[in-house]
Amino acid sequence: MSRNRRSFLKQVAGAGALVVLGSPQEARAAGGEVGTDQVGVLVDCTLCVGCRSCEKACNAANKDLPRRPPHTFDDQSVFERKRRMDHSAYTVVNRYQHPGDAGECTYAKFQCMHCLYPACVSACIVGALSREPSGPVVYDVSKCIGCRYCMVACPFQVPAYEYDNALTPQVRKCTFCFQTRLSQGEMPACVQSCPMQVMTFGPRAELLRLAREKLRKDPDRYVPHIYGENEVGGTAWMYLSDVPFETIGFPKFGYHPTPGYTEPIQHALFKWFIPPLALYGTLGGVMWLLKSRRQRADAESGEEGTHER
Amino acid sequence: MSADVRAAPVGKRFFTPYMRVVTAVMLVGVGWGLYRMIFSLAAVTNLDDQYPMGLWIGVDVGMGVALAAGGFTTAALVYVLQREHFHLVLRAALLSALIRYTFVPIGLAFDLGRWYNIWHPAMPWMWQGNSVLFEIGMCVMSYLTVLYIEFAPIVFERFIGRVRLPGKLARLDDLVDIVLRLADYVLGKVVFLFVIAGVVLSCLHQSSLGNLMVIAPYKLHPLYWSPLSPLFFLASAIAVGFPVVILEALLVAWAFERKPPMHVLTPLAGLVPYLLGVYIALKAGDMLYRGTYVFLLEGSAASIIFWIEFGFLTLVPFFMFMSPDVRRSPSGLFIGAAMYIVAVLLNRCAVFFIAYKPPYAEKAYVPAVGEFALSIGLLAGIVVAYRLLVTLFPVLPASHD
Repeated sequence: MSRNRRSFLKQVAGAGALVVLGSPQEARAAGGEVGTDQVGVLVDCTLCVGCRSCEKACNAANKDLPRRPPHTFDDQSVFERKRRMDHSAYTVVNRYQHPGDAGECTYAKFQCMHCLYPACVSACIVGALSREPSGPVVYDVSKCIGCRYCMVACPFQVPAYEYDNALTPQVRKCTFCFQTRLSQGEMPACVQSCPMQVMTFGPRAELLRLAREKLRKDPDRYVPHIYGENEVGGTAWMYLSDVPFETIGFPKFGYHPTPGYTEPIQHALFKWFIPPLALYGTLGGVMWLLKSRRQRADAESGEEGTHER
Repeated sequence: MSADVRAAPVGKRFFTPYMRVVTAVMLVGVGWGLYRMIFSLAAVTNLDDQYPMGLWIGVDVGMGVALAAGGFTTAALVYVLQREHFHLVLRAALLSALIRYTFVPIGLAFDLGRWYNIWHPAMPWMWQGNSVLFEIGMCVMSYLTVLYIEFAPIVFERFIGRVRLPGKLARLDDLVDIVLRLADYVLGKVVFLFVIAGVVLSCLHQSSLGNLMVIAPYKLHPLYWSPLSPLFFLASAIAVGFPVVILEALLVAWAFERKPPMHVLTPLAGLVPYLLGVYIALKAGDMLYRGTYVFLLEGSAASIIFWIEFGFLTLVPFFMFMSPDVRRSPSGLFIGAAMYIVAVLLNRCAVFFIAYKPPYAEKAYVPAVGEFALSIGLLAGIVVAYRLLVTLFPVLPASHD
């Protein structure tokens, strides 16, 4: 089964290339061009000790999340299950036991990956989700109609919904602290809070250099992969790990942005409105032809007037 | 409009015992819908962060739009291909499409978290041309308008020469009558423009509906994910159009104790194998080309549903409709049409939630009682609206009894 899945992923990539017809630029149009001011965060999972300071800082920084008493974040029993972000938490840390080794484990922090070509932004029917030029993917609730197509589109299954709110439910996901901190020149709350300096915030290009440097200097410490460098076209949040990423909750993805499958189809269907107009013209032409032929036939058989049209 | 086709309002009473049951089912659904509006999605549905779309999107939207294809396929047959013979079922097909499309936004409103913002996509400052859903929304909105325009002559016909305004307004009877006649004349001259627009808009959004899940290649089962999915949705919608018209004509004949118009239904059924054949060939070709047949025997929910909806409920009607004996038999047509309609229902549900498997899914999604109740209630609502409108307006052929 899993082998089948993997071979399928290759087919997906192949089919995507087919759809795009060798024009990656067009396929990647979803979030606009990735500029030199693109920011990111490099997460070195080998440094994380699972203290949950980042979760605590996130809850404190995002005032519109349900308040949680700070001491609840000291509870280590949460690691007994694999958690996901939800409408009350933009980030969670999970613990992954190494196979066969009782004591060894790796911690992984999850939040919105802030894709360079975000599927949620491409999917959103009203532009409630958008990608800031510097990279953060942000949400404007005043536009949202609550269709939840963003949740379907996100390959990382990040956006959460307030299903129990009858009248004013919102999509909930990490904001990169864009409004509250980044625009004031500060780094995201979780990054700043980390006592182990697991996370490095900065220009994405520099983070990639830093990551490669780490891999080169300490090849025994890491698996040779920067998760998020190319996955689904690249993400602002990138990861280094000492164990394979599939074993710490990161799905195996191709390098093609997922909006690159739908947008070329959609834009081909509407290129300067030529295809719809061509179809309209063709149908009109067929109708006119068949109608005049029928009228001729009617006239010949002397049945004029049986049909009004 | 051909002279040999006379339509008339149905002269039977509305509340038969059968219609009482259907109305009750509708009201139960409405009750669940109101409950959702007051007490939230969580109170009624089993939707969660893993499964954001469920039965309501699959049935109320996915199946609703697909089964409304009878309208544009029949219109294309009669107007574009000039097959006047099928004019007898055109009005009924039109009404069916009109009602089904009207129920799409109604059903959607129960699913939308902020249903009161449903008008947002139409506002130019919120247009989002990259969104597949935006394209569908705009096309459905435009097509719904076109359908109402196409239906207008039927309303005019009902009132021309019969305008009876109450009280003092009666003075305006003649004026209103003249306006109606004028509108009917003008619309009669240009209605073909709208008919063609309706066909184009239908092709666009039927295919876009298939593009919706293409953005989630890692979540949808390979049996249901394909870059050709837009084509599959379009082809299957075109193929299901006539079966819907046939099934509805048979149901109408049964409900109003009439003879089914087999002289129209039999040739209509003769077209189905060609349309269904195109869909089957596309789907099978894609499966061979991308090698997804390796998943056929894995025993997952997606593979089982594929066997049921494609292997059985699509292929069997395909062969059934090829048989002249079946095409001449009302019960044969009924079974064949019903089978393929259920196939489309399952196919849409498969694409929207059965074959949808997010990376961190903890438990499978099974629709809740309230979700079934509302979806079935909306289907009952379609029946009630249909019966009401054929009672009020000249849609069905005038009966001789």
